[in-house]
Amino acid sequence: MLSFIVSRAARAAITILLVVAFAFVVMRLSGDPALLILSVDAPPEAIEAFRKAWGLDRPIWEQFLTFATRALAGDFGRSMRDGRPALALVLERVPATLAITLPALALKLALGIPAGIFAALNRNSWADRAAMMASVAGFTMPSFVLALLLVLVFAVQLGWLPASGSDTPLHAVLPILTLGTAGAAIMARFTRSAMLEVLGQPYIRAASAKGLGWWLVVLRHALPNAAIPTVTIIGFMVGSLVAGAVIVESVFAWPGIGRLLVSSVANRDLAVVQSLLMVIAGWMVLANLAVDLAYGWLDPRVRTITSRAD
Amino acid sequence: MPPETPLLALEGLTVDFDAGGRVARAVDGVDLAVGRGDAVGLVGESGSGKSVTWLAALGLLPSRARVAGRARLDGEDLVAAPRRRLEAIRGRRIAMIFQDPASSLNPVHRIGRQVEEAIRLHRGADDGAARAEAMRLLDQVGIADPRRRLDDYPHQLSGGMNQRVMIAIALAGRPDLLIADEPTTALDATIQAQILRLLGDLRRATGMAMVLISHDLGVVSENVDRVCVMYAGRVVEEAPADALFAQPRHPYTQGLLAALPSLTGPRQRLAAIPGTVPEPWNLPAGCSFAPRCPAAAAECLRTRTPGLALTPEHAVTCTRVLALRGSVWDRRQVAA
Amino acid sequence: MSDRPPALALLAADGLTRHYRVRRPGAMFGRRDLLRAVDGVSFAIRPGQTLGLVGESGCGKSTTAKLVLGLAPATAGTVSFDGAPLPAIGTAAWRDLRRRMQMVFQDPLGALDRRLAVGWQIMEPLLIHRLAGPRDARERARAVMASVGLQPHHFDRYPHELSGGQRQRVVLARALITEPRLLVCDEPISALDVSIQAQVVNLLLDLQEKLGVSYLFISHDLKVVRQVSHDVAVMYLGRVVEQGEADALFRDPVHPYTRALVAAIPSPALGGERRRERIVLSGDPPNPIAVPAGCAFHPRCPWAVADCKAATPALRPMPDGRLVACHRAEATPESRAA
Repeated sequence: MLSFIVSRAARAAITILLVVAFAFVVMRLSGDPALLILSVDAPPEAIEAFRKAWGLDRPIWEQFLTFATRALAGDFGRSMRDGRPALALVLERVPATLAITLPALALKLALGIPAGIFAALNRNSWADRAAMMASVAGFTMPSFVLALLLVLVFAVQLGWLPASGSDTPLHAVLPILTLGTAGAAIMARFTRSAMLEVLGQPYIRAASAKGLGWWLVVLRHALPNAAIPTVTIIGFMVGSLVAGAVIVESVFAWPGIGRLLVSSVANRDLAVVQSLLMVIAGWMVLANLAVDLAYGWLDPRVRTITSRAD
Repeated sequence: MPPETPLLALEGLTVDFDAGGRVARAVDGVDLAVGRGDAVGLVGESGSGKSVTWLAALGLLPSRARVAGRARLDGEDLVAAPRRRLEAIRGRRIAMIFQDPASSLNPVHRIGRQVEEAIRLHRGADDGAARAEAMRLLDQVGIADPRRRLDDYPHQLSGGMNQRVMIAIALAGRPDLLIADEPTTALDATIQAQILRLLGDLRRATGMAMVLISHDLGVVSENVDRVCVMYAGRVVEEAPADALFAQPRHPYTQGLLAALPSLTGPRQRLAAIPGTVPEPWNLPAGCSFAPRCPAAAAECLRTRTPGLALTPEHAVTCTRVLALRGSVWDRRQVAA
Repeated sequence: MSDRPPALALLAADGLTRHYRVRRPGAMFGRRDLLRAVDGVSFAIRPGQTLGLVGESGCGKSTTAKLVLGLAPATAGTVSFDGAPLPAIGTAAWRDLRRRMQMVFQDPLGALDRRLAVGWQIMEPLLIHRLAGPRDARERARAVMASVGLQPHHFDRYPHELSGGQRQRVVLARALITEPRLLVCDEPISALDVSIQAQVVNLLLDLQEKLGVSYLFISHDLKVVRQVSHDVAVMYLGRVVEQGEADALFRDPVHPYTRALVAAIPSPALGGERRRERIVLSGDPPNPIAVPAGCAFHPRCPWAVADCKAATPALRPMPDGRLVACHRAEATPESRAA
């Protein structure tokens, strides 16, 4: 178990390093922060001074080495706009994002899983077809379209909810709904197919032949097996808790990670973008690790590698 | 209950599947009786309806299957029985084991939990008693070191061991009838021999009746008293095992036996039955075997053959049977 | 066959061995166990003849087929085909050999491309090996289809439109169109119904008589193996335990494992066949990672003595010419019931 975690941690560190290094190079090649932050008409001396101050005049590999050694010591640089520590800037935005993505995740699971199970158990019924049609509509619609649609109905027409901003808890409702319904549609579809796959297995028929009532067969024998493939998609959703709301945050002017990412990329605020990517990648890696551990917990075939070889 | 009532009697059992607009008839009017303690074999090729017949009797088919006719257990019709009644019968009166033991056990639950589940279901035992009983059952089906095996998962056991576990689960309800659906087809030869011996021993020890479904004539002949041969959803011949293999009367049964190579004696060319099994949505109007039968007459193709009792125990659905002598297949002496 | 000079053999395997490193359960790094899938197997197949290879799952018979075909490299030992050693995998000579050694597997549907008419699949090997132009290939496909009992109108059918037996005929036709000298058949009829099995068995025998092709015929069904084979090798845990002429071997098996296999065949013919001895082996075949020391069969053998645990028995000739790997070949109880 320990060796498993160590090897996974090593792989995680490499993943994060690669993501950050890639972003480091691309961000520096794709635009000059000095010109963006100081504006193009700034005097050349000012631009030169800005570049020197932030170390942008040195070769890129040297810049990266400096960045990496400082990062290892816990210093992720400062924002070029207001000079505050970049990591702190990022971390203070996390709660705002989680305030909409966590309830949205709950909505996805609470709506999607039961809908998927229900559809699978009533395969080819009108309810199944209706649920799947709603699901297709839910995940083919781009989130900004859905967001605008919800704004149109709940803010403009009905006037029940605010259209954008973050002043009251009510402001969070439409972002949560936007994220949640699309995710629930994906979840429902995935759960349905996992469930159908399991219901066709011989052990389901064998459990019925034992004399178990149908609901016990579903609860004890079908659901635990259907949960195994579903974990992948749930893990993906958990992984996107931090950075999965870029578009929705932009549409609703919600002050989370997503908006910070958009603005800092636009401004080439290098340290902030790097810190953001590090936090996002770190979280993704953690979510993946959780998925792997969940597999082992749910599926004994993963936990106890078979000693038989035929 | 009068003593001559069989334990289970199928009367005109018919199963239709709705397969994309056309109706596939998987079982076509099967009449069959299993007495208390009987060992009946059901032989047929894939698609003959031999498994579907029993799944239908127990209500284990998917909802797109339409079942007609009757399956009487001690006189009570199971085809018309409500779901809750069937659930009370499954496992307790009639248990079933399946072809692929590894996938018939739930991969995420320990062996012990799956055996105990059946014990609690049928006997309402508490946890400690259920565990002790599970251990006793595993021991009874010949699993060494049952205490340790209870904590294993199915993938940690061999195919033969898993089938023993399935049998232990089937025994938990102390059923009157065990339906063994190709129980050894997925197993190796030496393991097959173990499982068949175990089934025979258990049957003699418990007095339960057994229906052994198999495509393998050899497996059936050595393990049952009476054999039914199915073809295209119908029973074409029914006889005591000895009589059936010594003197098969239906051309299809004769053909199946003639198609088997032998392990000793001179090698001879196998008598292969020409053609293929009719499609279930396109069954012939007359005898379903007539298109492949070398002895078929014009009337065989037109009208469905009624059952004909040659002796009180040997019945065959073939109108030509009285006109035929020996095997219709190249005069090969099948039984001699 | 052991008394024939190997020069006559179309295919000869000598000390064929294939070991795999497999991960030890629970261990994440390093620690690997040795799985002896095939462990020193030797045999020869003469032109126009059939060697049957029997044994239970995990005994190494399918791995042996892969080694013979050159689809997997041997850990040790050699295979020679037509007097020359097998060329290295992936070379031009190896690809050329593919058309002279073909294979037929258990699942005909899995072996066929379901989106391609079967006629095209049958002529494809000719086009791949550039043995014929399209027009000529089509002619030859029709001819080989006729020889395996397929009708001309089957040419344009798709695999799912054919029955199981017809599909296996298609697979055979595709294998035969390059006029191979050896056909390796791995459980070729196990997926078929009894009445169809007989059709395919008869066809295989007819084709051998007509074309002089050799078969390496792998099956768990001893009766079918006897029906088609001249010689038979019985494998247990990667080794051959008994090898010899088919009729004699099955009539009077010597190795305790062969005897158990023969005894395990349920047979419907009650009166005709000699009353067979009843041996029901206890236990499962051991894990090929942990092959028992000495004779691998000794834990399940009713006649094992101390010697059997100590020394691995070599394959040695019996008076009638067959080979048996058993210390007690002469000492076990008489197997004939009479």
